[in-house]
Amino acid sequence: MNEREIELEVLRYDPEVDEKPRFQRYKVPCKSDWVVLDALNHVKAEQDPTLSYRWSCHMAVCGSCGMMVNGEPKLACKAFLRNYTGVIRVEPLAHFPIERDLVTVIDDFMDKLKRVRPYLIPKEEKSLAAGEYRQTPAELKKYKQYTQCINCMLCYAACPEYGLIPKFIGPAAITLAHRYNQDSRDGGREQRQEEIATSEGVWECSFAGACSEVCPEHVDPASALQQVKIESTIDWYRDHLMPWLKK
Amino acid sequence: METIQTDVAIIGAGGAGLRAAIAVAETNPNLRIALVSKVYPMRSHTCAAEGGAAGVIKADDSLEHHFNDTVGGGDWLCDQDAVDYLVQEAPKELTQLEHWGCPWSRAADGSVAVRPFGGMKKERTWFAADKSGFHILHTLFQTSLKYPSIQRFDEYYVTDLLVDEGRCQGFTAIEMRSGQMRRFQAGAVIVATGGAGRMFPFTTNGAIKTGDGMALAYRAGVPLKDMEFVQYHPTGLPNTGILLTEACRGEGGVLLNRHGRRYLQDHGMGPETPIGKPEFKTMELGPRDRLSQAFWHEQKNGNTVPTEWGDCVMLDMRHLGEKKINERLPLVRDMCISYLGVDPVKDPVPVRPVVHYMMGGIHTDINAATPIPGLYAAGECACVSINGANRLGSNSLTELLVFGRRAALSAIDYLQSARPAQNEAALVAQADAAQARIRALFSRSLGKETISGLRKEMTDTLEENAGIYRTEQGLAAACATLAELRHRYADIALHDKSNVYNTDLLQALELGSMLDCAEAVAACAAARKESRGAHQRLDFTERDDVAYLKHSMATYRGAEPPQVDYRDVVITRSPPGVRDYSGGKK
Amino acid sequence: MSRKPYHREVPKAGWVFDHPRYMRYMAREFTCLFIGGYTLLLVVGIGRLAAGRADYEAFLEALGSPLGIAFHVLALGFAIYHSVTWFNLTPKALPVQIGEDFMPDKVIAGAHYAVWAVLSLGILFLSGAF
Repeated sequence: MNEREIELEVLRYDPEVDEKPRFQRYKVPCKSDWVVLDALNHVKAEQDPTLSYRWSCHMAVCGSCGMMVNGEPKLACKAFLRNYTGVIRVEPLAHFPIERDLVTVIDDFMDKLKRVRPYLIPKEEKSLAAGEYRQTPAELKKYKQYTQCINCMLCYAACPEYGLIPKFIGPAAITLAHRYNQDSRDGGREQRQEEIATSEGVWECSFAGACSEVCPEHVDPASALQQVKIESTIDWYRDHLMPWLKK
Repeated sequence: METIQTDVAIIGAGGAGLRAAIAVAETNPNLRIALVSKVYPMRSHTCAAEGGAAGVIKADDSLEHHFNDTVGGGDWLCDQDAVDYLVQEAPKELTQLEHWGCPWSRAADGSVAVRPFGGMKKERTWFAADKSGFHILHTLFQTSLKYPSIQRFDEYYVTDLLVDEGRCQGFTAIEMRSGQMRRFQAGAVIVATGGAGRMFPFTTNGAIKTGDGMALAYRAGVPLKDMEFVQYHPTGLPNTGILLTEACRGEGGVLLNRHGRRYLQDHGMGPETPIGKPEFKTMELGPRDRLSQAFWHEQKNGNTVPTEWGDCVMLDMRHLGEKKINERLPLVRDMCISYLGVDPVKDPVPVRPVVHYMMGGIHTDINAATPIPGLYAAGECACVSINGANRLGSNSLTELLVFGRRAALSAIDYLQSARPAQNEAALVAQADAAQARIRALFSRSLGKETISGLRKEMTDTLEENAGIYRTEQGLAAACATLAELRHRYADIALHDKSNVYNTDLLQALELGSMLDCAEAVAACAAARKESRGAHQRLDFTERDDVAYLKHSMATYRGAEPPQVDYRDVVITRSPPGVRDYSGGKK
Repeated sequence: MSRKPYHREVPKAGWVFDHPRYMRYMAREFTCLFIGGYTLLLVVGIGRLAAGRADYEAFLEALGSPLGIAFHVLALGFAIYHSVTWFNLTPKALPVQIGEDFMPDKVIAGAHYAVWAVLSLGILFLSGAF
């Protein structure tokens, strides 16, 4: 078993004591298949129990452990130490206020998630006794990719728009709205467009594509946002050139 | 201390907690709901469940089959009236999830697809690729956002239940971000906090599975039932414990020892079925306890594969082909490659049994009610019992939905006739006492005990002495060690003195929960002198239905070890039989 | 004693240099200046054409000057970068599902490149390049 010693430089911030964040270094003996999260857990258990961070599943499905590793948004449980040399800098996820150490305040994200109506608004009612809505494998595949978001917010940390213009609804929330828009059982697209086809919604996005680059689940939020833009554009022309189609 | 008034307070926002919240909101939109969780709902460990949820929908299947599979799989320790309720409600609940948008995998004609699963006679496991739990959780969470009556309290850690006038009236909880303690005044409380796999060193469970809700109810006087039944999942990754779903075997994967032999046939689960054509309830589709026990025997006989992470067996899925793996097991493939550097399309994957699920938990009746009026429990933290001595895969996700809803309906019913709190002063005094206990952790000076040290000793003794196979001496040692650890726990002090998001405090409290639960596990295991389901003893190898066709009931006795009593299992129509997982019969 | 969430400033212009992906992104956005500039040049050229032979020939001479050539090389480079990034991203905005599967990105982008090649060859032919 290969062992090596690595050095972490971790952002620390205790608002009851610190005016502003500072950095603290830790030397950690590591195994070759360890991830940054394993190193943090070692620090907390053996060296410094005061270090605070979020984590749970250690398998990239709960979305808790998003942080900046050497300036890149990563899941700590999927940032393999074998890919890093030298001192590894660990900071809280960018573009969110810091609560404590590596823990961010994610209220803004939770609010935005709720705003976009991320739930099925059925096209037609059906009783439970009548069984499931039919949905072919092709219809499922149409939106399947967009269901994979684990709400880790790496995309918000990467998005330059969100960094500069915090009112932007952002990649994950809009992608979730699009997921429902694309679901063959859903009839709520117009309601969601009111929220997302706006200047705070997709029209703030300039397709930097950073979100899709950092997404650990390959959701490709950038593609969802562009598709919403196209739908929004078609909506606009249809409403203005063929107003008789409006309900 | 600030008090939050509500009608139904739910502790835990995973599958069961969210389902309960939605059920209350739909049934009576005028009831106030406080959904309180130590993590944001999307982080709940329901997200890690992979394989699927069982519910009868095929024409050649029946509720009776599902009932029999469950009762037999549970080695007849299941309460059969509760199992009847589960199998009956299951298809409705799964259809309801679909109506809420759950992306179930489909058959070509657009109907919901089902797949085979361990211990089940027919295909009845609904699935969403290999991330069923993830999709169920997110569907429930997103649906919950529709209801204005659900008020969420994210990242609040509940410390104590408040019981007065013989009924539960709420609880105290710490708001993690500020360190402030708040009192929740509720007419009814539902505990849905999940299991406690983190008591063991190798587990599929995430960091948050520390048995907090079990400990809350236990300390308030509710017995913990069947705690000795801890399920080892036969296929976990050897280094991280990450789960490789049973669906790997359901889709046709096989288990090989170091000689390339499908060894399960040597342990009562043969004859060997053709590769890629799994047959229900036999070989690799046998129940989890039998498969984990087979590993132990293979290890004893020197047939396991030594790897850098310890002894393993090989899970071979190569014959499934890349297309099928990508379509049905994409998460599994990703994890094998990322965490082990092995691609299941090209190579067999080393696996070993890891702790996965607690069949035991907070004692409830068939209506999810604990013996304390106003207190309910649902999901893995509860023990109804529908899983008995061994849970069949894909019954747990179903259980969350069925009993999450059941707990909500029971709570609403209870609220019809409940009176408001008569003795606020008593509740305030209890809350102040809870506050004082927490402050004591801050003010105590550091001694030689550490949270991580005690935790390691706890996990080591459980794995060593209360693992897949147990003995009298081992269990006695575990009981003694755990009693000592609980005693030493009283000296724990905090390194972190901040009030803001103090995870040192969180881990200290979680350790306390785990120690209490662990003591119950060891005590019940020591008292049960038989082998049944997941509880296997080398010194009592047979099942003893005369003495032990009963649930263990562990009652909290403070610093003393728990008192263990027994309670009859409800047998309605299926008398204890033989669990026969050998194939070649109808 | 209580919370005091800390807000980290994002440097208004400095963020571009934080990571190569942001520099590539801004370079792509920057192409609009050269494309706009070239369009302006064409408009001016039409104006000069209307003004008479002398003016137009002076215009063509200016185009051939070192400055003119430098501008054209830069504009062509940025226009190609713009087109390439645009074509490669088009499949993201316009997914085509045939049966269960999606048309591969390469096919959609490839079709754009093919049309571009045909049009370019056509224009070169019409302008007498061969």
